[in-house]
Amino acid sequence: MPEASRPPLDRARRAKVVRDSLGVGLATGAYGLSFGALGTAAGLSVAQTCVLSLLAFTGASQFAFVGSAANPVAATASALLLGVRNAFYSFRTRPIVQPKGLLTLLAAHWTIDETTAMSTAQDDPELTRLAFWATAVSVYVLWNLATLLGAAGAARLGSPQKLGLDAAEPAAFLALLAPRLRDGRLFAIAVVGSAVALLATPFTPAGVPILLAALVAVTAGMRARAGEPQP
Amino acid sequence: MSWVTVLVASVGCLAIKAAGYMVPASLLDHPLVQRIAGLLPVTLLAALAVQQTVTHGRHLQLDARLPAVGVALIALRFRAPFLLVVILAAATAAMLRLIAA
Repeated sequence: MPEASRPPLDRARRAKVVRDSLGVGLATGAYGLSFGALGTAAGLSVAQTCVLSLLAFTGASQFAFVGSAANPVAATASALLLGVRNAFYSFRTRPIVQPKGLLTLLAAHWTIDETTAMSTAQDDPELTRLAFWATAVSVYVLWNLATLLGAAGAARLGSPQKLGLDAAEPAAFLALLAPRLRDGRLFAIAVVGSAVALLATPFTPAGVPILLAALVAVTAGMRARAGEPQP
Repeated sequence: MSWVTVLVASVGCLAIKAAGYMVPASLLDHPLVQRIAGLLPVTLLAALAVQQTVTHGRHLQLDARLPAVGVALIALRFRAPFLLVVILAAATAAMLRLIAA
């Protein structure tokens, strides 16, 4: 539809979508600072920390990865397990974003919690695509800039324990978890998963406790009745 | 941390996103698959949070992280934004260690 014949209402709605996307980018980017700091605190180089944000680009996975940095297998496994939900996001957003050609890979790369939430919240196809790409670009740019700042900054400031960064890691996980604990059942599963992981820690090699927690999730999913809320 | 690990994890996460664009709808549409996918982040994030608070390697270790995470929980109860929660936790642990030193 030519630009001139677009009704004014759509221009205002487009402006709002762009503003909201920038807001999401700013908020998400801000906590990229803590990721950057945690990355170098965990012993990764500034470059490695930045590559995670550039290539993996999915918050929970990145935090999990640097949190388990002492064990590369556990770190990779938890990052990938936490990344599984992005496949479902891709599945949901592909028919509404409909990227063409080379943009398809970029759209996949930029499919995360925030871009999915913003794009699926729109009721108009053009606004959907606008929300997706505007959110994607602002989050990607700001998240990566913030990662660099956090990584370079924390690397200069000295011991992670002195800065309390080892406490920042579990706090970050809880902050990511809080909005997901929508009901008592999810809370109960979270408790069981944590208890299993904790009890297994002294008796199993590093990394296995997290895999056992994943097993709790799989078991709970299999035991759920049809009609339970979907992700 | 080796570059191989960083790249495997990073490319792996990218591959998972790409897979969502490529696998047949029937696989991802399955209610069981969707339920499990919804439960994974909740369970893993909780387990990781608890592990990072009270363990060190393979044994239990209670230290400044515990009250710091307590502060984080209170901040979350008051709907504090992500960055503030993380900063409060770090600041609590840092201050406690400063006082104890």
